Amino acid sequence: MRSAVSDRQPRRAFAAIWRLLRALLRQPQSAIGAALVGFFLLLALFGGALAPHPNANDQSHAVRQPPTLDLGALQLGAHPFGTDRLGRDVYSRVILGASSIFRIAGLGTLISVVLGSALGMFMGYQGGWLDEALGRIIDALLAIPALLLALVLVGIIRNLDFEIGSWQAGLADNVVLLVIAALYIPIVARVARSATLDIKTREFVQAAEIRGESRAYIIFREILPSVIPALVVEASLRFSYAIFLVASLGFLGFGARPPSPDWGLMVNENRGGYYRLTPWALEFPALAIAALVIAVNLMSDGIRRAAQKGE
Amino acid sequence: MTVADSLLDVADLTVSYRVDGAWLPALRDFRLRLGAGQVYGLVGESGSGKSTAALALMRYLGGNGRLEAGARLRFAGEDLLAKSPRELRRLWARRIKFVPQNAGAALNPSLKIGRQVLEALQAAEGSGGEAAYATMLRMFRDVNLAAPERVAERYPHELSGGMQQRVTIAMALISDPQLLIMDEPTTGLDVTTEAVILDLLRGLIAQRATGLLFITHNLGLVAQLCQRVLVLYAGEIMEDAAVAQLFASPRHPYTLGLLNSLPQPGARKASARLQAISGNPPALRLRARGCAFAQRCPLVIERCHREKPPLETLADGSLVRCHRWREVRPPSASPPPPNPLHKEGGGYTSGEDEAQPALLRARGLKKHFPVPRSLRQALRGIQPPPIQALDGVDLQLRAGQTLGLVGESGSGKTTLARVIIGLQESSGGTLEILGIEARASARQRRQDILGKLQMVFQNPQNSLNPYMSVRQAIARPLLKLRGLSPAEAEAETLRLLALVNLRADYANRYPDELSGGEKQRVAIARAFASEPALVLCDEPVSALDVSVQAAVLNLLADLQAERGAAYLFISHDLAVVGYLADVIAVMYLGKLCEVGAAEAFFRPPYHPYSEALLSAIPIADPARKTARILLHDSLPRAHQQPRGCRFHQRCPRKIGAICEEEAPPWRQAAAGQIRCHIPLAELAAAQGALPPPAAGG
Repeated sequence: MRSAVSDRQPRRAFAAIWRLLRALLRQPQSAIGAALVGFFLLLALFGGALAPHPNANDQSHAVRQPPTLDLGALQLGAHPFGTDRLGRDVYSRVILGASSIFRIAGLGTLISVVLGSALGMFMGYQGGWLDEALGRIIDALLAIPALLLALVLVGIIRNLDFEIGSWQAGLADNVVLLVIAALYIPIVARVARSATLDIKTREFVQAAEIRGESRAYIIFREILPSVIPALVVEASLRFSYAIFLVASLGFLGFGARPPSPDWGLMVNENRGGYYRLTPWALEFPALAIAALVIAVNLMSDGIRRAAQKGE
Repeated sequence: MTVADSLLDVADLTVSYRVDGAWLPALRDFRLRLGAGQVYGLVGESGSGKSTAALALMRYLGGNGRLEAGARLRFAGEDLLAKSPRELRRLWARRIKFVPQNAGAALNPSLKIGRQVLEALQAAEGSGGEAAYATMLRMFRDVNLAAPERVAERYPHELSGGMQQRVTIAMALISDPQLLIMDEPTTGLDVTTEAVILDLLRGLIAQRATGLLFITHNLGLVAQLCQRVLVLYAGEIMEDAAVAQLFASPRHPYTLGLLNSLPQPGARKASARLQAISGNPPALRLRARGCAFAQRCPLVIERCHREKPPLETLADGSLVRCHRWREVRPPSASPPPPNPLHKEGGGYTSGEDEAQPALLRARGLKKHFPVPRSLRQALRGIQPPPIQALDGVDLQLRAGQTLGLVGESGSGKTTLARVIIGLQESSGGTLEILGIEARASARQRRQDILGKLQMVFQNPQNSLNPYMSVRQAIARPLLKLRGLSPAEAEAETLRLLALVNLRADYANRYPDELSGGEKQRVAIARAFASEPALVLCDEPVSALDVSVQAAVLNLLADLQAERGAAYLFISHDLAVVGYLADVIAVMYLGKLCEVGAAEAFFRPPYHPYSEALLSAIPIADPARKTARILLHDSLPRAHQQPRGCRFHQRCPRKIGAICEEEAPPWRQAAAGQIRCHIPLAELAAAQGALPPPAAGG
């Protein structure tokens, strides 16, 4: 039945996303942003193969070597970004750090978009007191600064004692990811809700109601495709904030724990007195954070503009 | 008319728009000569270039439009093309005024009406203060705005659509312009309001000798208001003639097609099919080398595709662009073929008919919308009275019958349809469908009832999901409501497409690949997929172009004859309702005030409200000026329901205190019922004096 009747719907939705991407690449700033994000994504996916020293904690090198622009430095054993006070290759650590930030920010965003849009579309379509009540709770949550809430949540969960190997311990290991998802669910829900309110008044939704369609059918088959552009824009925006948040938590010591090659953590470990000794060990990860945040912002800005144009 | 005394003289005007990097001509070789005090109609379908022409001849084009070189554009002897932007602005402030279609969007929502109008006056004359204020109040009175001082103190959203439009007209006329350009000024308004505005315009134009260029798609308005008319199609002039000449014997096949596609006075679906123009207007980038109308023309010959016909000037000063204009016959010469599928007499019966049980029976149906309490009301514990959108509606409909439901916007027509279909829950009364009491909301209704009731919506733009193909849209009710297997559904989908005259390959298209008329056909096919016994049609053709309307109406009539479905047909266009309906019901403020057989509806006695609606229709025949009964003001606010007869505040035939105190009784007429205090014999006698207003326009 699906093959006969509904085969083209997903393709239609993909076509809309593809159009969005093409519009994105036509604007110079967002094309640069997208290219940079793509570059970091490659690092995240293939960092292990690209880094000259795949073991991030390899302390076998000479300590405090300054960065070098020597062409030969790219060969194995050289340190283009220098080494830190423990003799670890900064270049390799920056490359290896990309994967954790993408995993945490990306998965966190994905979870929040999936759950948040389901919640928001349900609220928007259902309306009434349920929507009212959930809406107020969301407003209250949004009044608390995200970083503060994240710190509190991470702090609490980190201090709980779990048996090693239990599922709770597994959750606690991914606490930053989960906290990001939880923080962004209400924000995404609000966007999805308002988009749904707009679509719900269209007559094709009423035609479906007249057929006696279930709520789930109307929300996911009739309304969702029209809400997707707004969700893509929101997802890209959330992703850029999530990266910033992961880096901030890492820097504050609430994210990844030493000795993992987390960018925020690397900045933290090399500040203060160490900064005078090995400024490069702080500057390169900081630069990476800045570049990624700016790139994602440029890209999401372009996505927003492309989506608005398409309407 | 000589060149010297023409107010506006336009020739060889070509306008292009930049679309995706290419300049496409939207208007070609436009010419127009408009004299002082003359009312010129500009007619065409959407996309024909009407508004482009109006804006171009004011030299007010957006950044993506340009005037091509070689045009002549003279206003009152001056060359508009030589004017600087500054001079043009001064001209627009004082001497050429434009009234846009959407008055609500044209007024600044954050400024009081008085302030905006005074600004316009200031710009035109540089005058302010007491004198200006007095001028403004005088102007408001001239355009029939009651209590002008109060109107001046309000914000645009506090005024009804008709009042907003009158404010924009007052704003345009206040500087006593020489030329007034109005772009569909009454399209969004009720016929009753439209009638008042037309009346007003006629008086003002005659008094001030203003030249008026009136853009519209409604031929009835042209017949009733204009002296001369220009017909545009795909950016080209098709015909330009005096109104009497054009309506009596059109020379261009397109004009003839437009005139024929209107329901003729007294025409009924049983006696005549509407003559639709096949096909759709061409898109801007697909305009042909030959005649623009060739694709849709019934008189097309091979030469039309090859060679663009020249714009010929005839002896009487008319213009026509057609190779074969000498062969075009006036409308009466070719009587429309009768529709063999329909027979007359699906008429009205007041009593219960045992032999044929009612398909739909509503008794005392109510829908009240609660009004949110203001803070003060909440503190005092007062609950404001609800809006009574439906207040005790009794209605029944038999199988295969068409019930036409008419009334102004706000009368409750759409609410009634939404309650019947289950989109809104009723607040009281009973509703039986096929003898079974129907649950209030669609989701609670039984599957077999769901399939028996379907709806066609007003706006084809929104009635199809943009992410679903035509196949998916039509197949869904087949799978869901009729329980067909996918293979059966596929076959049935193709059959339904054929039924609404669409090719089978349309199944793979998406809504953005369809024209408005095609979308509405798909929506109709979707409605008929579940084999409904009753289809609710809420203004199904009002968003479509005139030439497409007729084809959709024909389709609805044919489907009814073939499938035996009943219709509840909601429309503000009485001519359309008169053509399609067997029974007509008139609604005012949530109550029915007249129900009767359609054949008898257009003869007295009428309910005074029906009488006013009928007399407000602009008839597409310049020889028949209707005796208008003008209804001033708009509907009272719905939550301030008048006591007694709902209509008494606006009724031109009010007889006294009884109308204000007592609800009128239903009176039995020959083929219907009228709810009025005046005995029907008296009503008929008073109304018989009028020339019978028949359906038309």
